[in-house]
Amino acid sequence: MSVRHGLLALLSQGPSYGYQLKVEFERRTGDSWPVNVGQVYNTLDRLERDGLVERGETDGDGHVFYAITESGAAEARSWLEGPVVRGAAARDELAVKLALAVTLPDVDPEAIIHAQRVATIRSLQELTRSKAAGGDPDSPEEFAWQLVVDALIFQAEAEVRWLEHSEARIRRLQARTSAGGAAGGTTASAPRTAPAELPAPTTASVR
Amino acid sequence: MSRDRIGASELLRLDAVSMHYGAGENSVTALSGVDLSIKRGELVAIMGASGSGKSTLLTIAGGLVTPTSGEVIIHGQYLRDAKPAQLAAIRRRTLGFVFQDFNLVPALTAVENVSLPLELDGWKRSKARRAALDALHLVELDDRADHFPDDLSGGQQQRVAIARAVVGGRALILADEPTGALDSQTGELVLRMLRSRIDEGAGGILVTHDARHAAWADRIVFLRDGRVVDESRRDDASSLLAAGA
Ligand SMILES: Nc1ncnc2c1ncn2[C@@H]1O[C@H](COP(=O)(O)OP(=O)(O)OP(=O)(O)O)[C@@H](O)[C@H]1O
Ligand SMILES: [Mg+2]
Repeated sequence: MSVRHGLLALLSQGPSYGYQLKVEFERRTGDSWPVNVGQVYNTLDRLERDGLVERGETDGDGHVFYAITESGAAEARSWLEGPVVRGAAARDELAVKLALAVTLPDVDPEAIIHAQRVATIRSLQELTRSKAAGGDPDSPEEFAWQLVVDALIFQAEAEVRWLEHSEARIRRLQARTSAGGAAGGTTASAPRTAPAELPAPTTASVR
Repeated sequence: MSRDRIGASELLRLDAVSMHYGAGENSVTALSGVDLSIKRGELVAIMGASGSGKSTLLTIAGGLVTPTSGEVIIHGQYLRDAKPAQLAAIRRRTLGFVFQDFNLVPALTAVENVSLPLELDGWKRSKARRAALDALHLVELDDRADHFPDDLSGGQQQRVAIARAVVGGRALILADEPTGALDSQTGELVLRMLRSRIDEGAGGILVTHDARHAAWADRIVFLRDGRVVDESRRDDASSLLAAGA
């Protein structure tokens, strides 16, 4: 998403000026996405250039009002009604790091998983705590904020599940390769110390 | 080992607990050398793959199973030394247990299932029923109080089991996958309720596969092959609900 679509959606409710748009945008997204007023003006300029909004009157206080055009309204509608497509998902840093780690002989991918899991769970705990401590969910601002926090909570949860899934896959692979390889391999119940730290990430040349 | 000095606020302690099922060739090590301490106001979540020992840990903590080695101490009482009657009293009065398979009595209605432990503990029938209805209200099951378990959905049965574990203000709540059959909204309702019980001074262990639910705990412990491999603590000890709600 962009601020651009958010402003268009707001302007589809009626003409407004820059500062008012900034305040409304932040309020309606539960203050989860602060924007500065300069960013709003730049976006309005681009929307005007693209014919999606028109500059209207200036009021007594010098506020320049912008109104949505017909093609702007169509754009706002199609953004609201269309699905969000997440383009860069395949380039998730964590997934790439783990994929590389599995191929590097002196890196323990399970250590990466453990360190990440502790960190992700901790942020999940923080999000949960701030949600639990939140105010009255009947106020529109609080409700908007909680929707956004929920999204972050579900994303963190998904990451933990993926980490566990990956750990299980890696262990299964290791069990298979060690069963086929040298004798006297470690059994699944052999004591194993938990790696406390990530191996230094820059040991191997990854270029 | 150290049979002294159990802090007054410590509700439960596991000292070097190991559990082997079976013997010889078929012996399974379900837990090895697990230490765990639960204080008042503390909720600990246990996560780990299927078969990692979570339910075993919980049944041992609740005195339902005696570990092969190690000690379990509840409220300063070493379970190994407790007489059967003492053990039964601890289970009735102090412990609330949510079983993975709910364990409801099929011949009793929802409210009777919930009031049963109170009546066994000598409560008057009418008072126990009132407390049970309050507990069912917390899990939003007021309108199913007089239904039998067989006539309830899986998630409703699970909520009855949860109400039974918290009724009468138990000091130590041990819950095995208490949200396994619940949708995410209802699951959150249960976690909020559990959390507020804990904040009022109870302690608890929550076994869960769901990181979103584990995140309501103060500490999250990961088990693998019967050992603690990771632990995540909240940075400060302030209560989750302290700031509001
Ligand atoms: N009564 C029993 N007799 C023999 N082995 C058992 C018994 N109960 C559990 N085990 C074994 O002990 C190990 C741990 O079991 P446990 O039920 O504690 O796992 P869990 O972590 O609760 O798994 P799940 O997530 O599937 O509920 C498993 O390998 C299991 O097969
Ligand atoms: Mg289990």
